[in-house]
Amino acid sequence: MSTSNLTTLPSFIQDVVQAYQGRPSYLLQMLWRVQERLTCIPAAAIDSLAKQLNLSHAQVEGVARFYSFFHETPRGQYDILWSDNIIEHHQGKSELMTTMMQKLGVQLGKPRADGRVTIDNTACIGMSDQGSALLVNGFPITRLSKTKVNKIVELIEAQVPLADWPTDFFQVRNNIQRKHLLLGEDFESGAALKVMQVKGAEATLADIDKSGLRGCGGAGFKTGLKWKLCRDAPGKEHYVICNADEGEPGTFKDRVLLQAYPDVVFEGMTLCAKIIGARKGFVYLRGEYRYLLSALETTLQKRRSQGLLGDHILGDPNFSFDIEIHLGAGAYICGAEMALIESLEGKRGTAWKRPPPFPVTQGYLNQPTVVNNVETFALAAKVLLQGAEQFAQLGTAQSKGTKLISVSGDCDRPGIYEFPFGVTVREVLLACGANQTQAVQNAGPAGRCVSEAEFDRRLCFEDLNTTGSFMIFDRTRDMLDVVQNFARFFVHESCGFCTPCRVGTSIIENLVEKIHHGNGTQGDLKDLSHISYVMKATSNCGLGMTATNHIEDTLQKFPQTYEKRLKWSLGLSPSFDLEGSLEEARKLAAMSNQVAEAA
Amino acid sequence: MSQPSTITIDGQTVPFQEGQTIMEAALAANIYIPHLCYQRDLTPDGSCRLCTVTVNGRNTSACNTKAMAGQQVLNNTQELQDIRQTLTRMLFVEGDHICPGCTKTGNCQLQAVAYYVGMLSSHYHHFYSYRKIDASHPDYFIDFNRCILCELCVRASRDVDHKNVFGLSGRGRKTHLVINSPSGELADTDFAVGDKAAFICPVGAILRKRTRYTTPIGERLYDLQPINVVGDAQQIHAGAKRHGNQN
Ligand SMILES: Cc1cc2nc3c(=O)[nH]c(=O)nc-3n(C[C@H](O)[C@H](O)[C@H](O)COP(=O)(O)O)c2cc1C
Ligand code: SF4
Ligand code: SF4
Ligand code: FES
Repeated sequence: MSTSNLTTLPSFIQDVVQAYQGRPSYLLQMLWRVQERLTCIPAAAIDSLAKQLNLSHAQVEGVARFYSFFHETPRGQYDILWSDNIIEHHQGKSELMTTMMQKLGVQLGKPRADGRVTIDNTACIGMSDQGSALLVNGFPITRLSKTKVNKIVELIEAQVPLADWPTDFFQVRNNIQRKHLLLGEDFESGAALKVMQVKGAEATLADIDKSGLRGCGGAGFKTGLKWKLCRDAPGKEHYVICNADEGEPGTFKDRVLLQAYPDVVFEGMTLCAKIIGARKGFVYLRGEYRYLLSALETTLQKRRSQGLLGDHILGDPNFSFDIEIHLGAGAYICGAEMALIESLEGKRGTAWKRPPPFPVTQGYLNQPTVVNNVETFALAAKVLLQGAEQFAQLGTAQSKGTKLISVSGDCDRPGIYEFPFGVTVREVLLACGANQTQAVQNAGPAGRCVSEAEFDRRLCFEDLNTTGSFMIFDRTRDMLDVVQNFARFFVHESCGFCTPCRVGTSIIENLVEKIHHGNGTQGDLKDLSHISYVMKATSNCGLGMTATNHIEDTLQKFPQTYEKRLKWSLGLSPSFDLEGSLEEARKLAAMSNQVAEAA
Repeated sequence: MSQPSTITIDGQTVPFQEGQTIMEAALAANIYIPHLCYQRDLTPDGSCRLCTVTVNGRNTSACNTKAMAGQQVLNNTQELQDIRQTLTRMLFVEGDHICPGCTKTGNCQLQAVAYYVGMLSSHYHHFYSYRKIDASHPDYFIDFNRCILCELCVRASRDVDHKNVFGLSGRGRKTHLVINSPSGELADTDFAVGDKAAFICPVGAILRKRTRYTTPIGERLYDLQPINVVGDAQQIHAGAKRHGNQN
């Protein structure tokens, strides 16, 4: 940071603080402004923010150092983050990234001596269907190839401003492969609100309830019931929050909805607002999707001018509601609603709070709050337009309607598939042109690894619960590479609050690394299984409870992946009893439904 | 209501008052549930997970779960002791716990819990992450490498001393304790002898200077009796007296 920056810092911070009326709950948004301007959050900025917001230094520091998009030291003028999901590795990410680093002469995570560029890894940026992909100063470039990488190197060396880079570099595809109820019909802004205006809020809630709609963020809570509980909870204010954190690696359906169907999502939020009596709503947008911000703001503005947001919506004097977009800053845990609310309040995004109370009674600023996934809000709007009965006719007994599936990995046609609930794994594989499939990681690293023997299982709450991530691995893939990638992800994303997850994720990573290097023993497999068990049994939140699902599943379904790498030659416990050491894993598998409910 | 307010812990009937946690009910009945981040009079934190018990078949932390009539709580089972042993090992490998060379030895709750759960080795690979120590304060010395992130000092300083001297920063494995001053040093705060936060640390992370040999090794609290018998309150009390707290 230059000295001129330092001398003007207090007045810059003052402007930032004033832009948010000095409200501490906007701390994260203020930190974004500082990061954008200075490429880092220096200690002096923390000090100045703390003073002006009347917060303690440690508090501001604790927030600034929690989120991975906020840096302690300056980044390059071009700050490049490569998406590090296993899918991108399979798409050749490592080689491309190494080439780029060599050509630019930079080391991982360190700015080049002239301050021109930094290159680093980041968790999945939601582009697995068009990887490899990276973010440069927050803007995604997808479908990377050698040619593209060379071109980027040239642009950086010539110091071409980002605005003058080829526009097609920044095009993000929707890749919608299969449409149904949600993606199929044209949507006219305000259409669902008009239906509600005729029906009334009470009958609208009854429709949502009757449709059987359940949350698409993972836990599958009944949406109608959630809205009703929130409506009935006493509070000064009620809030609507749209969870657009989409942090589960391999998921990108919310990105497509926000990019191509934002009106439907906002309409769903507005319906909810009327029903629960909220005047204010937030979209918690993951930092990785910052590039969508201006388009989303434009849509919000359009809706205000159409009378669909703001005061007296559709002329109703008792219906005022507006939506604000808050930007996350690189933290998977902030998708978990308790952590999301902390983050939205300008705090460290830890999951320290354990419900009850649930957000429906004590959420944002301790007021009754509905938190729903992007897709859930969009579906709610569609229920009103298509009718609850028609919606309920689709799907299975416990899982009504359709589900968006983000398909990536080894197949001919990655992208978004909208299927009625109950579709089998095999049907999805067939639709996307997958061959020689060895395994599907369903619902992301925190979900379940499905082997060929299970391809007739169905995607629905009764069988294989899905958040929408569907990563395909064919027989050429080494599942231990997959496991290692996931293990690293969880080390990076544990919030650090509780012992089992904070420490256990690293122990798991160390063990997997050791086995991967060919130095593992039977004892290490036993340890993997045991740590996994302890994490599941004692973690404070869903992250720690599900962070070793992939370990459990692969130990059980792909034992040879581990066995073939063990160091038999050392003669350590030569009579290894795999069966015995897997007892615990089996016990856990039986527990998994229970845990899915808890998350 | 005709139903008496009781729960059972390992089959023993334990009464509780409305609003009490399982931990509070257990302590009142002289039942030891291992814990490191819990202290009477402070809001529970729920981070160490040592107090994990099984309530009606489901695991939860006793320190922040309310007692409810009819709960069947399992505490002293082999399965839970095994789990706690692993959690204790985790804390040992995460930090740098050099017991024989630590001033706190014999008075340390982590060490005492390790004995209680039968931990003989740390088993897993040590992380060896190095954190700088803070010796800036005239009376206190902080070795962040021995901090188990229990946040007891954070809560005590914020809620009892009203000084807000400590906080947590970083994320995940990089989570660490920070001192609330622009320099990040303890000397630049109003931390003082007599603060509740000054004698609440369960391990040897916050240490009073020049007190190393006030009680000889071998005669210290947990040298004489195990933690499930003496608990932690006495230790805190003893610390308070020794270190000049008048409360
Ligand atoms: C570690 C973790 C990460 C999560 N990430 C997300 C997410 O990115 N998006 C989401 O909608 N829900 C996520 N959830 C689930 C939310 O906590 C919450 O259940 C959901 O947003 C509720 O909305 P729904 O009822 O519409 O599903 C996550 C949960 C956990 C435990
Ligand atoms: S389980 Fe992990 S993410 Fe959840 S509270 Fe514990 S450390 Fe944080
Ligand atoms: S210094 Fe001691 S009391 Fe404070 S968090 Fe660390 S271990 Fe707990
Ligand atoms: S004592 Fe309950 S979690 Fe630490």
